[in-house]
Amino acid sequence: MLSARGLRVEFGLPGGRTARAVDGVDLEVRPGEIVALAGESGCGKTTLARTLLGLERATGGEVAFGGRPLGRSSKALKAYRRQVQLVLQDPSGALNPRHTVYEAVAEGLRIHGIGDDEPARVADALARAGLRPPERFFLAYPHELSGGQRQRVVIAGALVLEPSILVADEPVASLDASVRGEILSLLLRLKEDAGLGALVITHDLGLAWSIADRIAIMYLGRIVEQGPVEQVLTEPRHPYTRALVSVLPNSAAFLDGAAEPVVLAGELPDASRIPGGCRFRPRCQEVASGAALAVLGRCEGEDPVLGSGAHAAACHLVHARMAA
Amino acid sequence: MTADGPTPADAAAPSGAAPSAGRRPGRVANGFGRYLCKHVAGAAVSLLLVLFSSFFIFRLIAGDPIDQLTKERPVSPEERAALRAELGLDRPMWEQFWDYIIGTLTMDLGDSFQYRRPIFDLIVERLPATILLSGTGMVLAVLLGFWIGTRTGWRQGSRYDRGHVAAGLLLYSAPTFWLGMIVILVFARYLGIFPVNGMRSPSTPPQFWPQALDIAHHLVLPVLTYTAVVYAGYLMIMRSSILDEIGSDYLTTARAKGLRDDQVRDRHAVPNALLPTVTLVFLAIGGIVNGSIVTEAVFSWPGLGSLFVQAVFYPDRPVLQALFVLFSASTILAVLAAEILYWFIDPRIRKS
Repeated sequence: MLSARGLRVEFGLPGGRTARAVDGVDLEVRPGEIVALAGESGCGKTTLARTLLGLERATGGEVAFGGRPLGRSSKALKAYRRQVQLVLQDPSGALNPRHTVYEAVAEGLRIHGIGDDEPARVADALARAGLRPPERFFLAYPHELSGGQRQRVVIAGALVLEPSILVADEPVASLDASVRGEILSLLLRLKEDAGLGALVITHDLGLAWSIADRIAIMYLGRIVEQGPVEQVLTEPRHPYTRALVSVLPNSAAFLDGAAEPVVLAGELPDASRIPGGCRFRPRCQEVASGAALAVLGRCEGEDPVLGSGAHAAACHLVHARMAA
Repeated sequence: MTADGPTPADAAAPSGAAPSAGRRPGRVANGFGRYLCKHVAGAAVSLLLVLFSSFFIFRLIAGDPIDQLTKERPVSPEERAALRAELGLDRPMWEQFWDYIIGTLTMDLGDSFQYRRPIFDLIVERLPATILLSGTGMVLAVLLGFWIGTRTGWRQGSRYDRGHVAAGLLLYSAPTFWLGMIVILVFARYLGIFPVNGMRSPSTPPQFWPQALDIAHHLVLPVLTYTAVVYAGYLMIMRSSILDEIGSDYLTTARAKGLRDDQVRDRHAVPNALLPTVTLVFLAIGGIVNGSIVTEAVFSWPGLGSLFVQAVFYPDRPVLQALFVLFSASTILAVLAAEILYWFIDPRIRKS
């Protein structure tokens, strides 16, 4: 199980300011479960993924795998990287243009000194990623493949190490619509057949709906709502999630005409200027409409916590309503 | 579609065309043949243009050679006419042009005005000295520049990076003749550990090893000067080439698979960063023939560079003409070699 506890990542900016890209995140991914991490561009999703993989150093909190905190030594990181694999958004860039498919997939085996039966392992990984017959792809270069095939090669390169968790950063965002479904059903099949866990980062709630078991909504470096995907997307609690869901063309609210689409005011603030109190307050439709008047003092002065529970939201108004 | 039967809905259909493209022997040969023809034809056109322009350029700028050949002494018109006939300058222009073209193509480059000897012999005599100096200097400069450039680019903004870039550019902007004189002053005059100029000392025994050691001893200062001036160019090119690669996702993929930072650099970033520098390296190889005209002049190195300088001052038109063609041809052929090499080292070129 991959988990983050109070994870913080800060970057120093010119002028002495600090950007808090990831600002206190708790997250868990278990084998056999797909968790979607959704949010706007610039909310810290990718930094969170890179930190989970040990590619970025956390400034606070910890990443743990299998209950043990992730070590900083290169040996510990290497062992960890056999278990947790990365799939990037753009498969054209994620493959070295001068390496053949075979070399790309076998590299992980070579790094980790898994020497026995290399061709068979490579062929097996390619086949599991849906490239059949695998031998036909061994000597192909990335530029000879289609976008979907390239992404399958990237996935095969991850699968060959038999990881327990996959971290996929927008895995289908750069693919054609017709290929997206194929890659997503591949992820689902890997989850069901092999018990693979995955953290899928996306800005597309529809995609999260179709593949994820749980979803975490991220806003400005913090997870503001988390829960089973059906609950979060059909009964969103946090005002931010409700705004996101209200503009989905096939959401219940949209179809019923029961609720007006919520258009958020303003832009996503700079990660170096996170508002005090509730970070969503300046753009919150509940604050703007006066519905949150009763808890406004807490919104302004107190950072809401996500709380535990299967479906949780970091919002004073939600907490007040639940308590009532 | 293929004859593999129905493919699972979520499996990639290996449509055949994509992965197997470029691996059918017939198509490879055809593709390479066309690629080769295209580039050889381009090089041939460039060579012809050089051949033509060399004939006219030096006739336009050098004036009447008889004036220069006879400027030390008074001569009668009869003597002038005799000299003109001896040098073949009394014949119509198109005839001279034709002789020049045929001569150059058959390696008969004519006689030097200055030495009254075949230019071909002059070039053959001096080529080894030039190749020794520029070849050694070029190899050192490329290796040093690429080695430091890789590390500065990989650690962009570090103290190592800033220090090396500053030092390299300082040397790069130093005039060669000035740096050469400083080097002579320090190492030859004050310290006295290397000879001032020339390629060999007359007192050395004629056996192979003493001669070789003597030439190596003479070689140190010119090579040092030459390398110091040009290595920064390779450093900056390699640095920017590394910087182009450094944000690439495949480096992140490699890191995420567990590769150490220096392995990511050497196995993934460097081979891809070297690709755009191939042309540069071949240009450098082509440039070995030109040598470094200034370095050879400062150190009185008996190579083609000093021959060229002498020919300019004389002016020795046939020598200038021949060296111009030689220098240009070596560059054009080196670039052609680079283009051909790209076919083999960059799989993406084979696609088109």
